[in-house]
Amino acid sequence: MTGNATPPPPIVPPVAGPPTASRSTTEPPPLAPAQTGVLLAIGTICMSFAALTSAMVVRQGAAPDWRHFHLPYLLYLNTLVLLASSGTLEWSRRRIAAVPVGAARLPGLDGLAGVYFTLVLGLLFVTGQVIAWRQLAAQGLFLATAPSSAFFYVFTALHGLHVLGGLVALVYVLRRLRRIAGPVPRVALRAAALYWHFMGALWLYLLAILATRV
Amino acid sequence: MSHPTTVAAPHHHAPPQGFLRTHVFSLDHKVIGKQYLDLALVAVCIGMLLSWLMRFHLAWPETPIPGLAKLSPNGAAGGVITPEYYLALMTMHGTIMVFFVLTTAPFAGFGNYFLPIQVGAEDMAFPRINMMSFWVTLVAFLVLISGFFVGDGPPLSGWTAYAPLSAVGKDAGPGQGVGQTLWAVSITLFCVAQLLGALNFITTTLDLRTKGMSLARMPYSTWAWFITSVIGLIAFAVLMPACILLILDRVAGTSFFIPAGLVISDRLQPHSGGSPLLWQHLFWFFGHPEVYIAILPGFGIISHILPAFARKPLLGPRVLIACLVAIAFLSYTVWGHHMFLSGMNPFSATLFSVPTLIITIPATIVTLLWIGTVYGANLRFTTPALFCLGFVSVFVSGGISGFFLAQPSIDTYLHGTYFVVGHFHFVMGVAAMFGIFAGTYFWAPKMFGRMMNETLGKWHFWLTFIGVYCVFMPMHYLGLAGNVRRYSAFTDDYLKPMIPLHQFITIAALCTGVAQLLFLFNLVRARFRGPKAPDNPWEATTLEWSTTSPPPFDNFGGRPPVVHHGPNEYGATGATGATGDYVMQASPQSAGPA
Repeated sequence: MTGNATPPPPIVPPVAGPPTASRSTTEPPPLAPAQTGVLLAIGTICMSFAALTSAMVVRQGAAPDWRHFHLPYLLYLNTLVLLASSGTLEWSRRRIAAVPVGAARLPGLDGLAGVYFTLVLGLLFVTGQVIAWRQLAAQGLFLATAPSSAFFYVFTALHGLHVLGGLVALVYVLRRLRRIAGPVPRVALRAAALYWHFMGALWLYLLAILATRV
Repeated sequence: MSHPTTVAAPHHHAPPQGFLRTHVFSLDHKVIGKQYLDLALVAVCIGMLLSWLMRFHLAWPETPIPGLAKLSPNGAAGGVITPEYYLALMTMHGTIMVFFVLTTAPFAGFGNYFLPIQVGAEDMAFPRINMMSFWVTLVAFLVLISGFFVGDGPPLSGWTAYAPLSAVGKDAGPGQGVGQTLWAVSITLFCVAQLLGALNFITTTLDLRTKGMSLARMPYSTWAWFITSVIGLIAFAVLMPACILLILDRVAGTSFFIPAGLVISDRLQPHSGGSPLLWQHLFWFFGHPEVYIAILPGFGIISHILPAFARKPLLGPRVLIACLVAIAFLSYTVWGHHMFLSGMNPFSATLFSVPTLIITIPATIVTLLWIGTVYGANLRFTTPALFCLGFVSVFVSGGISGFFLAQPSIDTYLHGTYFVVGHFHFVMGVAAMFGIFAGTYFWAPKMFGRMMNETLGKWHFWLTFIGVYCVFMPMHYLGLAGNVRRYSAFTDDYLKPMIPLHQFITIAALCTGVAQLLFLFNLVRARFRGPKAPDNPWEATTLEWSTTSPPPFDNFGGRPPVVHHGPNEYGATGATGATGDYVMQASPQSAGPA
C-alpha cells in the first residue's frame, strides 16, 4: 500500500521475549528508555513554555504598551490540520501495535499510510504557520512591533521548531518501520506518537493563551 | 549498522574502530565523561588565570601586568586593567567557573563516567544524544571564549547578565556588543547540552539498572546525579527561553527586558515597556537551583567516598536521600533571596527568606550525617578522605554565612559587599572543587588504571585547604567593614585601609593557584606512569569496583553484574561473601568477589 517494492522478506527467526525488553538482565523496566526519554522531554518543554507564559503575563502587566490584535483565522485551520495529523498517527500506531509480537514482517506493513499522512499534515501545519506569519507581517505586525506580537512570534516559532523535531523523529521511525527484517519498532513508534500528540496538546494550550491575551 | 536478527536495545553499540571513533567522536560514556573532565580542566585553568588578573589588579591597581596589553589593547592599555575590563574578566571568570567547571566536572564529567557503571549498565540510555551533549557543550565554551578575541572583548554584565545592561547592546559599554551576544548564544547552547545530558542521566537511572539494583540499593553518588538531573531538567528549561528573549532584545529590537525612555551613553534607547525585573526572576529561577546543580554531585561524591575510608556504613542513608530531595524541591522556592535589593515588593522578600532559612535544615542534617559517619571511625587518612573532610569544613564555613544573608534586613547591608563573595566562593565554589578533587583522587585508579601519588596528593590538600581559608575567610571581614564588591580599585578614603588585606588575599590566591600545579602534575602523571591500580584499591563496595581498572568497553566484559546488597555494607565482619570488613554490591552470598 505504500509502494514498498522490496523482495519477499527473509524468514525472521522468532525473537525470544518481547522485542521491547531493553535487556534480559534488567529488572522489568517500568518504561522503555525511548518512552521515558520522551516523557522527560515533554516535562522539560512544558517547563520552558511555562516560563515563557509567566514572562508574557509579567510583561503584559509591566507597561501599557501591550497591543491587542486579531489572530489570523488560518491558525484555526492549522489547528485542525495538526489534530488530524495526530489522528492519522494514532490510527497507524494501533494498526502496527496489533501485529503479533514475533510475527514475520510483511512487506509494506499495514498501517504505514497513517504515518505518511501525518508527515504530510505536519509539514502542512508548519507551512500554514509560516503563511500566518506572513499575514501578520502584511498587517505591519512584526517581531519588534509590540510585546504581544513578539510573544506571538516566539511562541509559534518555538512550537514550530519542536514540531519539526517531531517530524524528524517520525521520519526516523518510518525508516525503521519500512525495514523488512527485524522486529517492529513498537517502542520507538509509541514514543514518537506520544511526542506528536503532545505537540498537538501544546499547540491547543498556546492557541488558547494567544487567543485570550494578544 | 544493526544486525537484522538481534534485538537492538537503545544502548547497545559495537566497540568502535579507529582513533576518531574511539577517542574523539566516541559514543562510550566513559570517553565522554573524560572529555567533559578535560574540558573542565581547561576551563578551570582559564577561570583561575582570570581571577589572578583580577586579584593582582585589586591589590596593586597601578602596576602593569606584562603581556596583558596584547590580549586587550583597549581594556588593558600598557598592561593596566581598566574598570570596564575588570568587569569583563569578572564576567568571564564567573561564567566559566559556574557553567563550564562546577556544572561540567562533578555532574556531566563524573556522572557520565560513573553513573552507568554504578547502576550496572553498559552505557547511557541514548549514547548518540550523550555525545551530542558533550560537543554542544564544547561549542558553547568556544563561543564564550571567542568573546576575548572579537569586537571590544568579553561582556561586563557579570555571570548573571542583568538587563537592561545586558540587553541594550554596545551603547552600554565595551563588550556589550558582540561579546554579550556571544555570551547569550553560548549559554543557550549550554542549556541545550545540559538538558540532553539530564534526560540521559534520568532515563539511564530509571530504565537501565541491572538485576537487583533497586532504587534503595543505588549508590549515593548515583542518587545525587539523578536528583541533580531532575533539577537541571527544570532549571535549564527556564534559562534557555530567557536567553532566547535576551538575544531577541539585543538583535531583533524587541522589548522584553528593556524599559521605555532608557538613555544610555546619551542615546535614547529605541525600546518600550520591558521589565528588567523579569530577567532577574527568570535568571534566578534557574540561578539558585544551579547552585545546587553545582554542589549536590559533591554531596553525592562525599557520601559515596566517606564510608569507604571510615570503614563504617554511612549514617542514615535514607535520611540523606530525603534531604537531597528536600533540597532539590526547596531550591525552586528561594530564588528571590538573590533579589532583595532589586526593588521587588518587600513582602515577597519575607516570602523568599523563610524557605531560604528552611533549606538550611536539610543541608545541616546532611552535614551532621557525614560527621556522624566519621565519628568514632578508624578513618583511613588517604587523599580522597582528606578532601572529603575538607569539603565538610568549607561547606560549613560558607554555609554559616548563608544564615545571615538569608535575612533581608542583614542582606540589604551585606549584599553588595565582599561578604557575599566570601560566602558563595566557600559554599559552592571551593566546596564543589573539593568534591571534584575528592572524586578525582578516588576514581583516578578506575579511570586511568593507575594510582595517583599519595604524598603529592596530601601536600596538595593541605596547601589548598589552608590557601582557600586565607583567600575567602578575610572576605567576610572585608564585607562586614563595608568593602563593596565589583569595584576594580579601592580609591575611596574609607576603603584604603582595606588594601593591605586585599594584598594578603592576592598573595594567598597566587600561592593556592600555584599549589594546583601539584594536582595537575599528579593527574597527568597518573595517566602515563605510576603504579598500576588494582580493581578495588580502596576496598569499596559499589559496582565500579567490581570491574577492571579501567573498565572494558561495555563496562563488565559482557557479563552484567547482579546486585545483592546495598552500597553501605561496611564494617560487616563475618558476613558471607565478604573478603574483609565489607561486602561488595555484586558479591553473591555464596562466593566472594574474584
